[in-house]
Amino acid sequence: MLQDLIAFVEHGTLGELVRENDLLFPFIESVHVLAVCLVVGSIAVVDLRLLGFASVDRPVGRLMRSILPITVGAFGLAVAAGSLLFISHASKYLENRFFIAKITLIALAGVNMAVFHLIGARNLDQWENDALPPLFARVAGGLSLFLWVSVVACGRWIGFTMPPV
Amino acid sequence: MAFVGAPFCNWLASTSVSQVIQTTKWIIPTLQTIHILAIAALFSSAILFDLRLWGVVERDLPLKDIARRFFPVIWFALPVLLTSGAFLIVGEPKRALLNTTFYLKMALLACAILVTLGLQWSLSAAPDFWDRDRRRKNAGLFAATVSIMAWSGVLIAGRWIAYTD
Repeated sequence: MLQDLIAFVEHGTLGELVRENDLLFPFIESVHVLAVCLVVGSIAVVDLRLLGFASVDRPVGRLMRSILPITVGAFGLAVAAGSLLFISHASKYLENRFFIAKITLIALAGVNMAVFHLIGARNLDQWENDALPPLFARVAGGLSLFLWVSVVACGRWIGFTMPPV
Repeated sequence: MAFVGAPFCNWLASTSVSQVIQTTKWIIPTLQTIHILAIAALFSSAILFDLRLWGVVERDLPLKDIARRFFPVIWFALPVLLTSGAFLIVGEPKRALLNTTFYLKMALLACAILVTLGLQWSLSAAPDFWDRDRRRKNAGLFAATVSIMAWSGVLIAGRWIAYTD
């Protein structure tokens, strides 16, 4: 059932187009890399603030409201471009352990962010001006930084472990 | 078009440093991961400054504060990029040095650095350099757009090196 679905997207018009067109794949990959760079760099601004390493004179809430929309927009673009790359060789990506690791790490980064925003940031106004945020915020920031760096590493390793097309 | 010949590339590839990079499987993906993480830091810093010049992010802070926060990251990431990039070239000399796209990337990099230096210089000359009147504001929008395009161009050209010769 799932395999049928994978075969369906891979051999559909869109998957075929990305796979067969010599310019389309590198173009989409460029957009993907550009968007990923913006995701990682912009979220690092927030993570480093949570760790108390940078932008310490900025209230955390205000910094997040300013920067995170950029992160979210870039993430949407990265996912859209990444999905197009994925469907062009869906079954090969699913057999690649670095691809699986990358998706898992992104999911973990999402969980980390959700936990921080739903539970941790509830009393944000009490500490958002502190140069050194409380421990749970520092843990969330450090975890996010570690996870995104790992996502980039896995992404790069996929290129070296995919069987030749 | 290339500024060095195949004999130079062959000599470079025969050096012991190149041999180690070529024969140790994890070195090139590791260098590329460091390279991309440094790009993420540099690119996001440049884009966030440009977006502030556009009036999109951190609007409640003076442009000078944004410059003070993000320009040091650019100048810290740049030597990391040049070093990791240099080792990648030593590891695979022909991939870059005999590739027209690589020289396009270097030309775009020079443009991007000049634009960034210009932006930084303008603010150290006068903090309100881009805010004085309507004309200055429009010039600021233009300068930010040029910066975004130049840095994006460097990134995209970098990815295309893998697909061209």
